[in-house]
Amino acid sequence: MQLNGSEILVEVLVEQGVDTIFGYPGGAVLNIYDALYKNSDRIHHIITAHEQGASHAADGYARATGKTGVCLATSGPGATNLVTGIATAYMDSVPMVAITGNVGTSLIGKDSFQEVYIAGITMPITKHNFVVRDVTELADVLRDAFRIANTGRPGPVLVDIPKDVTAAVCEFHNKPVADTSERYDLKEDDLRAIAELINQAERPVIYYGGGVTIADAGDDMLAFMRRAQIPATGTMMAIGALPSDEPLNLGLVGMHGWVSSGRAVDEADVLITIGARFSDRVATNPSRFATRARIIHVDIDAAEINKNINIDYPVVSDAKTFLQAVMPYIKENRHPEWIAKIGDWRARLDYRPKDSETELKPHRIMDILVKATDDDTIMVTDVGQHQMWAMQYCKRNHPHQFISSGGLGTMGFGYGAAIGAQFACPDKRVIHITGDGSFHMNLNEVSTGVKYDLPIITVIMNNSVLGMVRQWQTMFYEKRYSSTTIERQTDYVKLAEAFGGHGFRCTTPAEFEAAMQQALKMHGPVLIDCVIDRDERVLPMIAAGATIDDVITN
Amino acid sequence: MEKYILSVVVQNNAGVLARVSSLFGRRGYNIDSLTVSATTDPRVSRITIVVTGDDAILEQIIKQVSKLEETIVVRHLVEQEAYCRELVFVKLQAEDATVRDSAREVAQIYGANVVLTEPDHIVLELTETPSRIDAFLSVIANFKVVETCRSGVTAMVR
Repeated sequence: MQLNGSEILVEVLVEQGVDTIFGYPGGAVLNIYDALYKNSDRIHHIITAHEQGASHAADGYARATGKTGVCLATSGPGATNLVTGIATAYMDSVPMVAITGNVGTSLIGKDSFQEVYIAGITMPITKHNFVVRDVTELADVLRDAFRIANTGRPGPVLVDIPKDVTAAVCEFHNKPVADTSERYDLKEDDLRAIAELINQAERPVIYYGGGVTIADAGDDMLAFMRRAQIPATGTMMAIGALPSDEPLNLGLVGMHGWVSSGRAVDEADVLITIGARFSDRVATNPSRFATRARIIHVDIDAAEINKNINIDYPVVSDAKTFLQAVMPYIKENRHPEWIAKIGDWRARLDYRPKDSETELKPHRIMDILVKATDDDTIMVTDVGQHQMWAMQYCKRNHPHQFISSGGLGTMGFGYGAAIGAQFACPDKRVIHITGDGSFHMNLNEVSTGVKYDLPIITVIMNNSVLGMVRQWQTMFYEKRYSSTTIERQTDYVKLAEAFGGHGFRCTTPAEFEAAMQQALKMHGPVLIDCVIDRDERVLPMIAAGATIDDVITN
Repeated sequence: MEKYILSVVVQNNAGVLARVSSLFGRRGYNIDSLTVSATTDPRVSRITIVVTGDDAILEQIIKQVSKLEETIVVRHLVEQEAYCRELVFVKLQAEDATVRDSAREVAQIYGANVVLTEPDHIVLELTETPSRIDAFLSVIANFKVVETCRSGVTAMVR
């Protein structure tokens, strides 16, 4: 059939299984929006308050489901507003297709109105990008975009479509969706050698990351751990890959991870790294990380092997393929002394926050949240201290339940991502945990939540300061609080009402519990302003460049 | 730190050079020289890059460049095991005849061509392996060098 470029875009989206996209109209995408208008029964278009919100929503949608998130923006500023969201998805390996309009091909390169070279701008933050100059190439380019976004290590792909291409007509035929599964050739000799190392290890530890969630390999990993009684410590990106109450799950490792996890990695004789990348937030000092261990590194991306740390046993594979392939060689085993030693560290060394009935403590906020909500609740965070507290005390038991900007650390990520997660999972509760600093960056999106009647509950850990930066200023800059004591006078209750939502303000645990109970019964967005002390710090902490030997716990 | 020659075969698309060079910029790798040329297949181009680094950097560069969607193959070429050539022009100040004569002598030893002789200048051209060009330039440094211009390495597997 003969279709124009805009109709081809819609047809390929449907062909690829997309039913929801997030975007914002403008001059260069008028034809696309006209096609969306005519196809509103097939593609649900969500309009955000700002293109950045759309990009984070597409990201949140993808993280909540594992499916590709799609966002759409006009040329120039519309396209540049997507950039932070694309970079966020790139750093955390989130499958996303970003579509931008551009000025007509005859106007490209002439500094035309709302013209920007978005392909050039996004080159280092996409897996790949395309400028489509010929409508006959559009359908296959879009298919390629979805294929690339989902193949191997996932990530964002941008497709830039000049306005005349969205109007030009050509023949279109549907094609089957590309198979993006890849086979990883694991050699039996390598598997035997690795299994031998694991079978003979006295102090083995698994260090797992987001790759386990992406590969849906949590159950395989748990079976592996139980067979050989190997404890595992994970990154923030991997929260939910293992049940939080699993005894062999040591929980978080890294800058704000548990002391017992850090000790276990430090004393391990074999470190089995699965879908994690030794980032500077985990291997705070790469030359002194897991120095007693021989290191196995399983990663789908060959470029991660030997990037930050030298690897003894590299395996290029997805987590699931590796775990299933190595399992037959893994012997039933027990490490009672090692497990007891870690148990002793957990009891003696791990940080215990102090409770209070009169003031709101961050961990208490999280405890109340966890108790008040169902086990399938999705928690979405912004970036800063609240993110670290949420990470430490969220007790998620399933993958795709903790959505947070890890690699890029994007303040302002949360609300947009929560919108995306809520559209992806309409039957699940979505809680947005934020700080007053992050929330102010993109609070415009509360209007989107109201427009679509999304029951997102935003819990603002409000300390009136930029807490994480302040924490570093306290510890490393002799309390010179440069530009972090903001003390905005925002009234979050009135703000919520002004947008058409509901608001609460709490200063004690009892007030927060009561507010949560009411919020859970309400329709539409709710903001809960939780006043916390500005000198609360995220503990434990390993400073950048330091090791577990220098961990700060008070 | 060593110099490495990489031969990168890529799809001949608009922007592919920017994509490769942007990767080097982003990851902080130093490019000593870069040449792009057509191949017998119009859909494919060859980029020859000389980089300075160590083995770990080389491994990362090869892996990162291999990840690019438009990269077909990346090869690390060792000068002794490949055809590697680079072209250099040098313009020397040479007002008196003895200087011009000794410049011609050096040119002859290295197989360089005299491209131009002017009353006060002499211009030499040499096409050779990068290491021979380095050697040639170190001898030429004894003259008053006005300008040099190297083409960058192009290389092919034997």
